[in-house]
Amino acid sequence: MSTAKAPIRLTLKIWRQTGPDAPGAFREYPVGPLSPDMSLLEMLDVLNEELTRQGEEPVAFDHDCREGICGMCGAVVNGRAHGPQPATTLCQLHLRHFKDGDVVVIEPFRAGAFPPVRDLVVDRGAFDVLIAAGGYVSVNTGGAPEANTLPVPRAAAEKALDAAECIGCGACVAACPNAAAMLFVGAKVSHLALLPQGEPERARRALNMVRKMDQLRFGNCGNEQECQAACPKGIKIDNIARLNREFLRAAIKSEET
Amino acid sequence: MTASPSPDLDAKIPAGPLTEKWDRHRSALKLVNPANKRKYSIIVVGAGLAGAAAAASLAELGYRVKVFCLQDSPRRGHSIAAQGGINAAKNYRNDGDSIFRLFHDTIKGGDFRAREANVYRLAQVSNQIIDQCVAQGVPFAREYGGGLANRSFGGAQVSRTFYARGQTGQQLLLGAYGALMRQVGAGQVTMLPRREMLDLVVEDGRARGIVARNLLSGAVEQHAAHAVVLATGGYGNVYFLSTNAMASNVTAAFRAWKRGAFFANPCFVQIHPTCIPVHGDYQSKLTLMSESLRNDARVWVPRRPGDHRPPARIPETERHYFLEEKYPAFGNLVPRDVASRNAKEQCDQGKGVGETGRAVYLDFSEATEREGKATILQKYGNLFQMYEKITAVDPVRQPMMIYPAVHYTMGGLWVDYNLMSTVPGLFVLGEANFSDHGANRLGASALMQGLADGYFILPVTVGNYLAQLPPMPPDPESPVFNEISRQSEERVKGLLAIGGKRPVDEFHRRLGLLLWDHCGMARNEAGLRQALQQVPEIRAEFWRDLRLPGSGAELNQSLERAGRVADFLEFAELMILDALTRTESCGCHFRQESQTADHEARRDDRRFAHVSAWEYRPGHQPLEHRESLDFTSVTPSQRSYQ
Ligand SMILES: Cc1cc2nc3c(=O)[nH]c(=O)nc-3n(C[C@H](O)[C@H](O)[C@H](O)COP(=O)(O)OP(=O)(O)OC[C@H]3O[C@@H](n4cnc5c(N)ncnc54)[C@H](O)[C@@H]3O)c2cc1C
Ligand code: FES
Repeated sequence: MSTAKAPIRLTLKIWRQTGPDAPGAFREYPVGPLSPDMSLLEMLDVLNEELTRQGEEPVAFDHDCREGICGMCGAVVNGRAHGPQPATTLCQLHLRHFKDGDVVVIEPFRAGAFPPVRDLVVDRGAFDVLIAAGGYVSVNTGGAPEANTLPVPRAAAEKALDAAECIGCGACVAACPNAAAMLFVGAKVSHLALLPQGEPERARRALNMVRKMDQLRFGNCGNEQECQAACPKGIKIDNIARLNREFLRAAIKSEET
Repeated sequence: MTASPSPDLDAKIPAGPLTEKWDRHRSALKLVNPANKRKYSIIVVGAGLAGAAAAASLAELGYRVKVFCLQDSPRRGHSIAAQGGINAAKNYRNDGDSIFRLFHDTIKGGDFRAREANVYRLAQVSNQIIDQCVAQGVPFAREYGGGLANRSFGGAQVSRTFYARGQTGQQLLLGAYGALMRQVGAGQVTMLPRREMLDLVVEDGRARGIVARNLLSGAVEQHAAHAVVLATGGYGNVYFLSTNAMASNVTAAFRAWKRGAFFANPCFVQIHPTCIPVHGDYQSKLTLMSESLRNDARVWVPRRPGDHRPPARIPETERHYFLEEKYPAFGNLVPRDVASRNAKEQCDQGKGVGETGRAVYLDFSEATEREGKATILQKYGNLFQMYEKITAVDPVRQPMMIYPAVHYTMGGLWVDYNLMSTVPGLFVLGEANFSDHGANRLGASALMQGLADGYFILPVTVGNYLAQLPPMPPDPESPVFNEISRQSEERVKGLLAIGGKRPVDEFHRRLGLLLWDHCGMARNEAGLRQALQQVPEIRAEFWRDLRLPGSGAELNQSLERAGRVADFLEFAELMILDALTRTESCGCHFRQESQTADHEARRDDRRFAHVSAWEYRPGHQPLEHRESLDFTSVTPSQRSYQ
């Protein structure tokens, strides 16, 4: 692997909160010496084992794949969703990006639409509600035509995939000063609007998803672009522009009919 | 050592020629009247590819469906992490592919330990899967002309793998998840995330529902239905370190085993050749580097043992491209079991590289020169990034270092041709069942199987079962239900009451190491016997010295893990017993006592052309049942990839 580096020590300040309605506060934990090749979540594992041995409650945090694809992990580290590295999920953040002696502040994603659950865990169920409002193509199993009957230009497929890479982690919402979900919805609407398969429901999808977003406790987009900076998958704000166009187009169409 | 096996299990394979079985069967199955479908409720446990596909399709048919998963959203099931692709017999490349060839490659890849009729059906529906996914808007890779693109995978000489960069599983799952959420929106599916199935309820000989724990509140809930579908994934995490997501587990399948579902071939575990090597004791999981990389990368080690020069300083003539030399026909694209064993063999000879000596090189330099850096990055960019994030090494400049790691479990609950287990009304799909991959799974075939089971097979076969049941709703408050629920609660309390000193991962890590050493890439009688002795010792320590902070009435992630580890600690014994009983080598199951002169797996078709399906017997050793494997359209041969 990489050349062995000197172990480091860190001071962690972690948000602890026993339940949705309990008051929360930061607690300080000195940790180390730790290998810089360790991931931040592995550091939390080590801390949790230690806390358990001491009879204290471990830090609750969500995670599953630990390779940046499931979107389950997420926390704000030193003020940034998923931490200081660009295009990196929390689980892919390694200690080599910190210096010996650093203070590392770790707190949950905070947004009105993501109520707290415990410690670093929040409830992102609102994202599922958004998808249920239209983030799909309505095709029943068995009703599909031969796959190659409808050619899709390579560039369109690639662009659609750029948008479809969203992992639904919620960093965009957490990073947005208004806690808006425009990047998330924009990515899904774009993915399907860019493909011929999404065409028949294009207008309906944009209208329904935007309306649902307004009903849930997401804020309005103030064009701050923090979402793009925080996105671990590099989803671009072009998708928000496209969402606005799609919504407008759909709204005009629905007035016409 | 085991009681003599009981007579053959009946897989209910339909009569008729192989190519017509499925069509004939479908037309002969009983149907539920469309107006009656809403009177039937079905529980689907698991929302990975198999579960999400099944739940959406069942709801589309009109059944009432309840879906359970561990994660906060069904979009995050372990399937999301699949990288390389999904097979289908479209023959878009005109390279001679066909349904028969896909069937043949898959059954040969599994070293002739899979059920022929199932594998043929899998190849048949493979093309419909691609059609379905494309219609959902899955953005597969395309050619400039707008048609779908393909890549090659191990164990095949045709190019039949469909892909979406290095994140095919993500895109397929998001397609299935969309279909599922559409049914949630329509009120046909009740989605219950952050729920863990703790037990199966069997009443009057039929699966009637499950007991599940709400992971946020700790409440133990009782859910009844007319049929239960398990799509709970594989048990690779019994080894602690694997490429599986952290929550992957055996609990649902193991609990069903204890309620009467037979467990088939538990020792068949796939060790994937190309993973990022272990680098520290604190390590929590291993990361796969997709097999698709072997299309363009060459695997090598220094020819001379103990050669510690950096790779760039080792001249071409002193590099040993061991797969290309030994298997000229398939080269770097031999099946996984073969590639893994050869990598281990090289490292055992002292030719391994890296800090630990347990790694081989995966080198892209020739492909980069041939096709240009841009092309290589377009194909594998996200994998390169993933590698660099973990290791801080750029694979364009320096070859990757890789080593085999536990990846997939071919074993699982035994199911018949209808995907029904030995418990009537309990169906098992995806990686959780055992049916289609025999003793070794070829790349890009798990996604195919999960989606075949979920979209196209179960929705048809479950109807046949339900059509024979009265639609009276089962009672979630029956005495049997209440009793099983009470047992689950007792178990949770029992774990919390141990009051020992050590955290749960410590026991899990020990179990994992033991299995890796003795029931991993190579197995022998002495090692297996030793492991069989040690597992109960670790288990006893676990039940004596585990410390669980917190309570059972809140989100308690240590408690969740402890429940899963407790099951792994019992299940491990079953795996070892199975490995001991099968004294032949086949596919991934390499018994050192049974090998050819070139160290390839030597099968014993006379004694072992069967599935071993184990029955739980309280207080006794599990009883082996057998399903003999008959081949009508292929002739089992010694696999050769040379
Ligand atoms: C890194 C990686 C890459 C891979 N790449 C490929 C590839 O390129 N091509 C290919 O064909 N295959 C690939 N595979 C294999 C393939 O991804 C899996 O075999 C397949 O996705 C399994 O799908 P599944 O639906 O059966 O289960 P999973 O996706 O594992 O889903 C299991 C579901 O069950 C739920 N669950 C589990 N236990 C419980 C419980 N007790 N109670 C409630 N819910 C529960 C989980 O929450 C989850 O929703 C890869 C595997 C890995 C690890
Ligand atoms: S744990 Fe899956 S993205 Fe981080």
